Amino acid sequence: MGVRGLARAEVPEARGMRSRKRGSLMTQLRRKKGDLIAWIILCVSSIIMFFPFFWMIVTSLKPDNEVFLLRLPSKIVLDNYVKPFVELPFGRFFINTFYIALICTIGEIFLCSLSGYAFARLRFPGRDVLFLVFLATMMIPIQVRLIPLYRIMQFLGWIDTHYALIFPFLTFYTAWGTFLARTFVTTIPRDLDDAAKIDGCSIWGIYFHVILPQMKPVLITIGIFVFVHIYSEFLWPMLVINSVELKTVSLGLSMMQSRVYAETPWNRLMAAAAVSLMPMVFIFLIGQRYYVQGVVTTGLKG
Amino acid sequence: MKSKVSYTRLMKSEALYGYIFIAPNLILYAIFFIFPALMTFVLSFTSFDLFSPPSFVGTAQYVRLFNDPLFHKALLNTLYFALARTTLTIVIAFWLALLLNRKLFGRALFRTMHFLPYVSLLSAVALVWTWLFATDGLINTVLGKIGIKGPMWLTSKIWAMPAIIVMSTWKDLGYSILIFLAGFQTIPSELYEAAMVDGANWFQRVRNITLPLSTPAIFFAVVTTLIGTLQDFDQFYFMTKGGPAYATTTLSYYIYEVGFKWFKMGYACAASVILFLLVFLFTLIQWYARRRWVFEG
Repeated sequence: MGVRGLARAEVPEARGMRSRKRGSLMTQLRRKKGDLIAWIILCVSSIIMFFPFFWMIVTSLKPDNEVFLLRLPSKIVLDNYVKPFVELPFGRFFINTFYIALICTIGEIFLCSLSGYAFARLRFPGRDVLFLVFLATMMIPIQVRLIPLYRIMQFLGWIDTHYALIFPFLTFYTAWGTFLARTFVTTIPRDLDDAAKIDGCSIWGIYFHVILPQMKPVLITIGIFVFVHIYSEFLWPMLVINSVELKTVSLGLSMMQSRVYAETPWNRLMAAAAVSLMPMVFIFLIGQRYYVQGVVTTGLKG
Repeated sequence: MKSKVSYTRLMKSEALYGYIFIAPNLILYAIFFIFPALMTFVLSFTSFDLFSPPSFVGTAQYVRLFNDPLFHKALLNTLYFALARTTLTIVIAFWLALLLNRKLFGRALFRTMHFLPYVSLLSAVALVWTWLFATDGLINTVLGKIGIKGPMWLTSKIWAMPAIIVMSTWKDLGYSILIFLAGFQTIPSELYEAAMVDGANWFQRVRNITLPLSTPAIFFAVVTTLIGTLQDFDQFYFMTKGGPAYATTTLSYYIYEVGFKWFKMGYACAASVILFLLVFLFTLIQWYARRRWVFEG
């Protein structure tokens, strides 16, 4: 289980290059031809992959009377990007989503690092059984917990409050994060703990001063993953949140979609969709390496 | 003697710390994750709605489930969606990953382009595709230009599911590509060098080296994609609301519909148990296979 090893796996080209230097002129030429074909195919598929985003942006800039016409806008209407924030409280939706996702991200990092350390290093009765419980329940999907969880929220009087989002979200990715954190801690050399122990460090001290700084990469991976997933969560917020001022971004988008197709303000909806994508794309672009590790290591899917 | 005592004390405090460290995590997890999951099983033997307390009905809900044509339809839809989407995703992603693994000009940009849908907000891109698939939307207009009369995608009983399959494949392609790219790095380059000395062409190398040695990665991607498809909900909600005439009502959507629109919550719990069993089955297969094909990733 190489969480760290993956960073190496991400720069694969070195190997292939070495062999390419060798070979006759013929093989090199054939290779060039193959590369050209591959390059053309990738250009086409990249355009296909990007096209929906392109069309989203084109639509979002159109004036109302051109929305249903298949062509570029005759004039660019930036007002479409303002309307969702004025006619609907999209600013509020973003603030709600950000602060809930942030609380849960920090919470998960704290919970997972603590228990990851405990499961990897400390000896206590029942440790392995408890870890197994986390592992075994990891794959239970939200649909399977939905109805009792809803009743619990009713019982606690949390329906239509942000508590109903924050507390369950704190458990959504816990098992996965704990698993990842534990795996990572086992790769940290024990010598470091022992040295700190000899210096008179308490167990809390070892965690805080020795292990936690070492765990930085895996905690960033967990953090990015939890943030992105909670940001995009839809089903659960839809069930427990009714008040407009408490809604999240996904719920806001759903509010803009009218049941009647022609009545949906597609240009403004596409503008809102474009804005709502940006935080995730931004996080992906700056944290690509950590994000990729999170995906490849676990198989947890969005 | 003294050292023995301090050793026991150390052990005790280590155990104590252990419990303290996992306590916050475990308590939250027990209340908001494990308890609801267990309760779903218990409640699947009862009948209740939002306002009434559960009353025990034995296995009546399961009996009803197996005689419910709508449940059968949901199961079939789930199977259709899961198989079609997984096959499409794996086949396309494998070939694209092969190409993306080559050292080409602009490879980083290519990779980002293919990964972008995966990191974008599902509800937002589901709306974008609703717009693309509209009856007079872009896709049909383009089809019309080349002389094909496009179907009414999302309001057609036949075409709604393929439309959602296309959208979902597009969305998650990057995930499988990533798994394959990581898998390719574990294949020793000496094998390719030897094959090239023997004069094997690109297809032969792919067929005889890359494909067999990628089986762990492929298997991993297949199972995670399958489990993912069983849980997909957002795109169905945004694009078709399970319609038309339940043509896109999958098990996940059925649970939502029965539980939160018809308020037959005991019944929805029984359906949830079936969903759980499906996910459990795939997970078991994966765990079992992991012992034989260890995918380091």
